[in-house]
Amino acid sequence: MAKLFQLNLKKNKLKFSVTVTLKKDVLDPQGKVVENTLKSMGMGNLKSIRQGKFFEIEVDENDQKKAEEKVKVMCEKLLVNLIIEDFKITKLI
Amino acid sequence: MRSSVIVFPGSNCDRDIAVALEKMQFKNQMVWHKETSLPKTDLIVIPGGFSYGDYLRSGAIAGKSLIIDEVIKFAKNGCLILGICNGFQILTETGLLKGTLLRNKNLKFINKDVNIKVLNNKTQFTSKYRINQVLNINIAHNEGNYFTDSKHLQELKNDNLIAFKYCDNKGNTNLESNPNGALDNIAGIFNSKKNILGMMPHPERMVDKFISNDDGVNLFSSLLN
Repeated sequence: MAKLFQLNLKKNKLKFSVTVTLKKDVLDPQGKVVENTLKSMGMGNLKSIRQGKFFEIEVDENDQKKAEEKVKVMCEKLLVNLIIEDFKITKLI
Repeated sequence: MRSSVIVFPGSNCDRDIAVALEKMQFKNQMVWHKETSLPKTDLIVIPGGFSYGDYLRSGAIAGKSLIIDEVIKFAKNGCLILGICNGFQILTETGLLKGTLLRNKNLKFINKDVNIKVLNNKTQFTSKYRINQVLNINIAHNEGNYFTDSKHLQELKNDNLIAFKYCDNKGNTNLESNPNGALDNIAGIFNSKKNILGMMPHPERMVDKFISNDDGVNLFSSLLN
């Protein structure tokens, strides 16, 4: 019974990652500072760094398409500022 | 004139603006963010501070709070809305003002008195100022670097929607007088109907000569007009 329950839980859960990054043309001062620091630590072949945000999102949904659509709405409505940020959704489980 | 100040967890200039408004004879009320209706009001102020600890992005969480739906409704009906500092950030997150506020270019929290000049004095917020008048007003922020797309920037310029620009004490706007990297030295903007003003500087800190100066007084007396 316990095993069945666990199986069920697994079935109804889809997990996604969302990566949010600043758009290409937007200045990323934090990334720049991290880049400069790494360079000053001797990482000479470092080309560039852009800093971003990472979210792990579990959705109570069987249908992958529907779940992904939900995550997309979450991104557009709150997680991402579309004026300055891009996002990428990746399925984890 | 009736005013309402919206209070979020983490607002910290709400009482300052309330004191300034009351000093200027506004009948002011404080409104908690969980309220779902606003009292009768002629002016809504979204105060400065660090609503929700600036989690996610400055103003992002406050921009989705319950009272904001009401604020948007009032705004669409022409109610005057003033967003100061974090209030400006919240207004951009709600979409009432376009653009956004990025981290300061030098990555430092900046708290100092800076010069700004009045670019448009034909609005309900600025009518008591002279055009190009230089004001000395305090700024205190980490994300004040105004950014918007080139199309909107052109709209701001064409329609005279830039309220204030950072400048030196002679009114010159240049790189040296830009404290945070803001696009085109922009310190404050109006929406297209000019009933909403968002600004990074704190006029409510400039209403008493004994504490600072009174360069902010005319913003409030313009509103009373």
